[in-house]
Amino acid sequence: MTLVLYRIDDRLIHGQVVVGWGQPLDLEFIVLVDDTVAASDWEQELYRMGVPPEMEVYFHTVADAIAALPKYQGDKRPGLLLTGDIPTMQKLVEARSIPTVNVGGIHSKPGRTQRMRYVFLTQEEAQELRAIAAKGAVVTAQDVPGARPVSLDDMISGEAL
Amino acid sequence: MPPRAIVAGHGEFAAGLISAVQQITGRGAQLVPVAVQKLSVTDIEALLRAKMMEAGVHVIFTDLQAGSCTMASRRILRGMDDAVLVAGANLPTLLDFVFADAKTPTDAARHAAERGRAAISVHGAGA
Repeated sequence: MTLVLYRIDDRLIHGQVVVGWGQPLDLEFIVLVDDTVAASDWEQELYRMGVPPEMEVYFHTVADAIAALPKYQGDKRPGLLLTGDIPTMQKLVEARSIPTVNVGGIHSKPGRTQRMRYVFLTQEEAQELRAIAAKGAVVTAQDVPGARPVSLDDMISGEAL
Repeated sequence: MPPRAIVAGHGEFAAGLISAVQQITGRGAQLVPVAVQKLSVTDIEALLRAKMMEAGVHVIFTDLQAGSCTMASRRILRGMDDAVLVAGANLPTLLDFVFADAKTPTDAARHAAERGRAAISVHGAGA
């Protein structure tokens, strides 16, 4: 196995990730890439308490994650890499080969337009997703495994709303 | 009786459980439902904080240990010595809580958590 899902989700570790994806994929570890969380022991403990004891969580800054990614991609266990925003994932994609990017949840805030039930994007963020796709990653939106993956074009156009 | 606790979770978890509490006891008004669909973690935290202030309560019940509401609540409770979060709440938990009005809300929440934990049973198929 390897990293089986690369996900952008502004809620980071939460029910959909741990239970919704974690159980069907038999996830054994999560790589959480977030500079703020990586700098805070308290935040890390908060997220560790949200996962079952048999699931490992590794915390990295973006820079650390770029260096560590080949190790996780070669890991024999099934794992999930998680970022809380698009620019963080974009930096990883620009530095390393990442085959797919799952947009799992980017929620409402000022300046964003609703594109799907769980995806709100600014124009700049839409361009960042296109830049990720241009690097060779297949970008789709899918909140839970049972949902239909939505293409980047349909996600950005709001066709799937 | 005024509100004594917030109930928050996925989908219509809060409204559904409070509806059941109201149907069984008539005491659903002690619980304030919070739904958080479409909200970011930051907005969930702000909403829960505002609901707590508005209702004047220091108890939060949530559905799932890993849930966004639980994460946000733990951030809110950081540094609040007089507040309690019960994660993994179920209907027996809330029923016990609404009847424990002689206790302080935080004591009632702790008691209700134990009652909810003990209320799960398995029957049949050799159990």
